[in-house]
Amino acid sequence: MMSLVVLAFIITSPGVFLKPGIYFSFLASVPTIGIMALGLTFILGMGEIDLSFPSTMALSAYLFATIYRGTGNFFLAFLVCIGAGVIVGMTNGFIVAKIGVPSIVVTLGMQYLVRGLSNLISDGVAVVVRLRGTLSHQILVGRFFDIPHQALWFLGITIFMFFLLYRHKFGEHVLFVGDNQEAARMMGVNVVWIKIGAFALMGGLAALAGVFDLYRMGTWWPTMGDGYLMMIMAAVFVGGTSMFGGEASIFGTFAGSFMIGAMEAGIVAAGLKGFWTRFITGLLIICAVIVHTLVRKKK
Amino acid sequence: MNIVEMKDIHKSFGGVKALKGVDFHIGPNEVIGLLGDNGAGKSTLIKIISGVHTFDSGEMYIKGRKISPRRHNVKAAHKMGIETVFQEKALAEKQQLWRNIFLGRQITNKLGFIKVSQEVKETNRIMRELMKFRGIGAGADSFVRTLSGGERQGVAISRAMYFDSDLVILDEPTVALSLQEVKKVLDFILALKERGKSCVYISHSIASVYPVSDRFVAIDRGEVVAEYKREEISLEELNEELIKLTQAKIF
Repeated sequence: MMSLVVLAFIITSPGVFLKPGIYFSFLASVPTIGIMALGLTFILGMGEIDLSFPSTMALSAYLFATIYRGTGNFFLAFLVCIGAGVIVGMTNGFIVAKIGVPSIVVTLGMQYLVRGLSNLISDGVAVVVRLRGTLSHQILVGRFFDIPHQALWFLGITIFMFFLLYRHKFGEHVLFVGDNQEAARMMGVNVVWIKIGAFALMGGLAALAGVFDLYRMGTWWPTMGDGYLMMIMAAVFVGGTSMFGGEASIFGTFAGSFMIGAMEAGIVAAGLKGFWTRFITGLLIICAVIVHTLVRKKK
Repeated sequence: MNIVEMKDIHKSFGGVKALKGVDFHIGPNEVIGLLGDNGAGKSTLIKIISGVHTFDSGEMYIKGRKISPRRHNVKAAHKMGIETVFQEKALAEKQQLWRNIFLGRQITNKLGFIKVSQEVKETNRIMRELMKFRGIGAGADSFVRTLSGGERQGVAISRAMYFDSDLVILDEPTVALSLQEVKKVLDFILALKERGKSCVYISHSIASVYPVSDRFVAIDRGEVVAEYKREEISLEELNEELIKLTQAKIF
């Protein structure tokens, strides 16, 4: 499906899509949504949902920006940032798994709570951080023969997440919890800790995506992460992960992220109005989900 | 020595008393047919043995070791050789067979990464030697949803055999199965008996419990109300006894 989309863009706007520049641009911007989409793949594979990660991304990135600006200590800022994401995720997981509140409700509330918190402590003011020229900037978002480093990080994280989901006990337990929670419990899987772990992973990845976005832009905005929620869900669904749990595709999410990330630029480059973006993205999601459902039925 | 010995076990859920002073034991190489109506307390009893629920008061011994209700859980029960096959909850159907066999007891390296080829190889061996799955087109990589109900129960029972459990508890293993499939499950129970293992078989169908059980225990409203050895009672007599017990409850 991805090749069809790219082919359509090449046909409609060869001037843009036959040159490498647009692809390097995707490689720079897509990793932010892709990293969060990988986390969401775990959550959906577990039969749950997370609506709070864009806010988690904003809060964590704010902490990174202010600590780094104040101390210049990358490791401290990074640790606090990821730690904050993990704590938000663990809180989600605890309320879902231990108290038994549906994840859609918990994370909806958490989305507002965390966004409100970052607005409160930042007073709604943007934070500019001088990151360009630093070693951490070079490592995280520098260039390797024109390839943005964040794309290489994204590829590395994707491979790691693949092994974590399909080759590690934790990932296997996540899929079993999503497939048949009671069977997993009866076979000795600690369902509560698996859920807390998966939500913590989602929170940590959202924080990491926040760091990449901050390094790319050089500025923290109070609205950071807004608009990512639906895009990222779309990337995961287009990639073939089922919303019923028990089935997830890491490489599908990887491809889905690029497809959704390329959509807006492709539509505009094709000469269509920006308004078409949502229409075509929606059409793509519905087609992809229908195809995946039919394929699953055949299996 | 008995595999399990329970004395005066009580268990309540909120205000509902599920078990009221149950005495129950499972001997070595013994197959017990556990009978009773819905809500009688059968499932609560076996969930206590298998570590899914704890008990409020009473004493429980597994292979002579006194069990603390706070420390007993599914993993501890597995370690003591107790395996439970729950109806509908035995396997995850979107996962492959090899993953289902080793769930909770994966063969891993020190970092927790699964040794896939080893698990697949062992599953193929289990399918050949324990499940005797031949000619049905299923392999270790097959998804559980492609198996019939009887085959699924066979997989779960074979898993118990592979991990060399001393006691296998089967919760309604033949519900919604065809007669041929029921026979497959009964053959698995007989195979367990031949290997010197013990088994608790919960079922509403007395006819399917009867031929494979050594002893029958009837539970009603949280209490053990009757016990029979198979050599002392025919299938018809057992049926009549249970009907009498049910009528006593109604009137």
